[in-house]
Amino acid sequence: MLSRVADSLFWMSRYLERAEHTARVINIQLNLMLERGSKSDDLDWARVLRSLGVELPSEDVAGAQVLAQSLLHDASNQHSIVASIEFARENARQVREQISSEMWEQLNRLFHAVRRRGGSQEAWDARDFLQSIKEGAHLFQGITDSTMTHGEGWQFIQAGRFLERTMSLSTLVGAHFHEFHQTGQPSAERAYLESIGLLRSCTAFEAYCKAYTADVKPQRIAEFLVLHPSFPHSLRFSAEALETAIKDIGREAGSRRSARVERMAGRLRATLDFAHIDEIMGGNLEGYLDEIRRQCAQVHGALYQTYISYPIEAALEA
Amino acid sequence: MAAIARKHSLPAPFHEYELDDAFDEMVDRTGAVRPHYRHLYEALGALSPDELRRRQQVADLSFLHQGITFTVYGREEGTEKIFPNDLLPRILTRDEWARIERGLEQRITALNLFLKDVYHEGKILNDGVVPREIIYSCKHFRRQMRGFHVRKDAYVTVAGTDLIRMPSGEFVVLEDNLRVPSGASYMLVSREVMKRLFPELFRQCGVQMIEQYSQALLSTLRALTPQGSAQGSSEPTIVLLTPGVFNSAYFEHAFLARQMGIELVEGRDLVVHDNFVYMRTTAGLRRVDVIYRRIDDDFIDPLAFRPDSSLGVPGLFNAYRAGNVSMANALGTGVADDKAVYAYVPAIIRYYLNEDPVLDNVETFLMSDATQRAHVLGRLQEYVVKAVGESGGYGMLIGPHSTAAQRDEFRRRVEADPRNYIAQPTIRLSRAPCFLDGAVQPRHVDLRPYILFGDKVTIVPGGLTRVALKKGSLVVNSSQGGGSKDTWVLD
Repeated sequence: MLSRVADSLFWMSRYLERAEHTARVINIQLNLMLERGSKSDDLDWARVLRSLGVELPSEDVAGAQVLAQSLLHDASNQHSIVASIEFARENARQVREQISSEMWEQLNRLFHAVRRRGGSQEAWDARDFLQSIKEGAHLFQGITDSTMTHGEGWQFIQAGRFLERTMSLSTLVGAHFHEFHQTGQPSAERAYLESIGLLRSCTAFEAYCKAYTADVKPQRIAEFLVLHPSFPHSLRFSAEALETAIKDIGREAGSRRSARVERMAGRLRATLDFAHIDEIMGGNLEGYLDEIRRQCAQVHGALYQTYISYPIEAALEA
Repeated sequence: MAAIARKHSLPAPFHEYELDDAFDEMVDRTGAVRPHYRHLYEALGALSPDELRRRQQVADLSFLHQGITFTVYGREEGTEKIFPNDLLPRILTRDEWARIERGLEQRITALNLFLKDVYHEGKILNDGVVPREIIYSCKHFRRQMRGFHVRKDAYVTVAGTDLIRMPSGEFVVLEDNLRVPSGASYMLVSREVMKRLFPELFRQCGVQMIEQYSQALLSTLRALTPQGSAQGSSEPTIVLLTPGVFNSAYFEHAFLARQMGIELVEGRDLVVHDNFVYMRTTAGLRRVDVIYRRIDDDFIDPLAFRPDSSLGVPGLFNAYRAGNVSMANALGTGVADDKAVYAYVPAIIRYYLNEDPVLDNVETFLMSDATQRAHVLGRLQEYVVKAVGESGGYGMLIGPHSTAAQRDEFRRRVEADPRNYIAQPTIRLSRAPCFLDGAVQPRHVDLRPYILFGDKVTIVPGGLTRVALKKGSLVVNSSQGGGSKDTWVLD
């Protein structure tokens, strides 16, 4: 497979995952605010931005709401949902011949739906919009899985999705617990709302309740979102899926240089596989999550060096 | 008078079928249907207009769903249009085709000899058959190609020659497209659609196959594999180099690559190392032997040609000159389809082959010649004026359909740069039946067969018939309101 094609498929998938994640997190925040009145809006929005890994230009808390709203429709904000979907479509367009027509049509439909919404909506009206992004992205994933050959290209799509998911989840969980520690002991009611918000942001509330009942405790939430082996929005699940995709790519491409990226993906998976929640919580959860993200960045770099932007000399020796 | 008398002489759906002094493909001078159109004529008479309309819709939808589009330049960005395809086939007899085939084979053979000569000894220039100035002032002449041995002397590997039919019924060559001619995919796709729409008619008529085109193109490209290819007995790697998704012919590039089973690459997928060309794949670099390039000479290598090109591959030209990769078509072939050089093609054929041309040229006036220029500028409304290096119907004036202001503008342009223009008399292209607005009506058509030149010359029977869908229009280019039709050569 051409490296350029792999690159486009990988990023198409990453951007779509990013759009869906952003939509989910903002949607949950809008719900939370409904239940709480509007006293601390700007502080809350500042936190949403942090949990999405978006830098606030300064300590300008008052600007947070405006910035958060621009995450919906403002195509000039590269973190926005509309920009992510545009990037995803642009990548797909470059490799239109490599994906199924059903995939292209769905992504195109989603793109046009997002564009039609325009930029004028109040965030409060946005919940239908956010819901439609989520559904559109899920539909695309389903179509992808059932209409595309599960070969090398599909594995790059998987790798993109789960790498993005691992990174955005660890940012989200990290921001939540950072807040939790800093504000000391929040009211029980508030802590409960926040915790449920976090779970919902990961579509994990129902799955959590099945595992632990509706009794929400920080440690259990952390255990569920970080270490659950089979919940698709847990870090451990995502890292395992990433490693699987990378091993399959190595097999399909038959490159002799794949050992390095496979080792890194394996180490990331092992970091999550063999961890225990008491050790993580007893030590430094944020540091642990930072380490996960650092390893993700390494996997990404190694993936590119192996398959996509490798130096000519390295490939000639092989 | 005769035309009026013949009007309404045909039954529906032909009630609007008027004849004039152009050659009609279906009906002869006496108003009788030509024998090779008989099956089609009867089949159309038996179908209701609703049924014909339904089939037209099926055809349109089929083109739409396959995403068969082209991009119109110079308008709003990204104006992708569906390629209009007319429902009715244009039909040629075996004898008509045999003559065309002989003429095209002769022409491409002579043009390839001409290109080799121009880029080597230049005998034809020394003998004064073609004036030296015309060659050296041609903007598609590539100095860099001088003295370079092109693999198997196949300069033009793929040609798409435009033929038109004179009122006398004789086919003549209007243009040789020797650089990166397009449209073969439309020919193949419209044939697929026609077979589905008129299966019974197709069988009755006995239409010669064209489906082997992709296979023949692949064999032709394979014949160009460099001699010293280190890949030994294994299959050569052939790629199709496209400018990318924004190019007007991207559909065709993707289509042909898929049909041939070769990789569709962009410039950024290729790298040159030690004068060898590689493509970047996830499995590492893979050596490339033959490039079917659909990028113009100017953009192919920023180091050798236009430095601002981001479509090409730096170093590709050196690898090519080193003989490590072949390109189809070779660089510099544009010198032979310059419209001023075109005027000399009959002489070129006589010079190299010592034969008379089978297919004639259209009478052509060189604006660089003072006498010819004065003659044409005095009667601009009778002539078609064309810029010599343009294609696709851009940069031309059609005298009879022009305004006084347009003629003044062209007169100024011609006087400012005479070498850049030629003029030809306005020719009534022949007309073929088309299904438009619920009735069969005649429209002007041309014919573009595709000629492949490798170890041998291959021409699939037929080609792309382009049609000017606007009533009375003589311009068949897709960018200017033209469409296409399937072309049937009978067995």
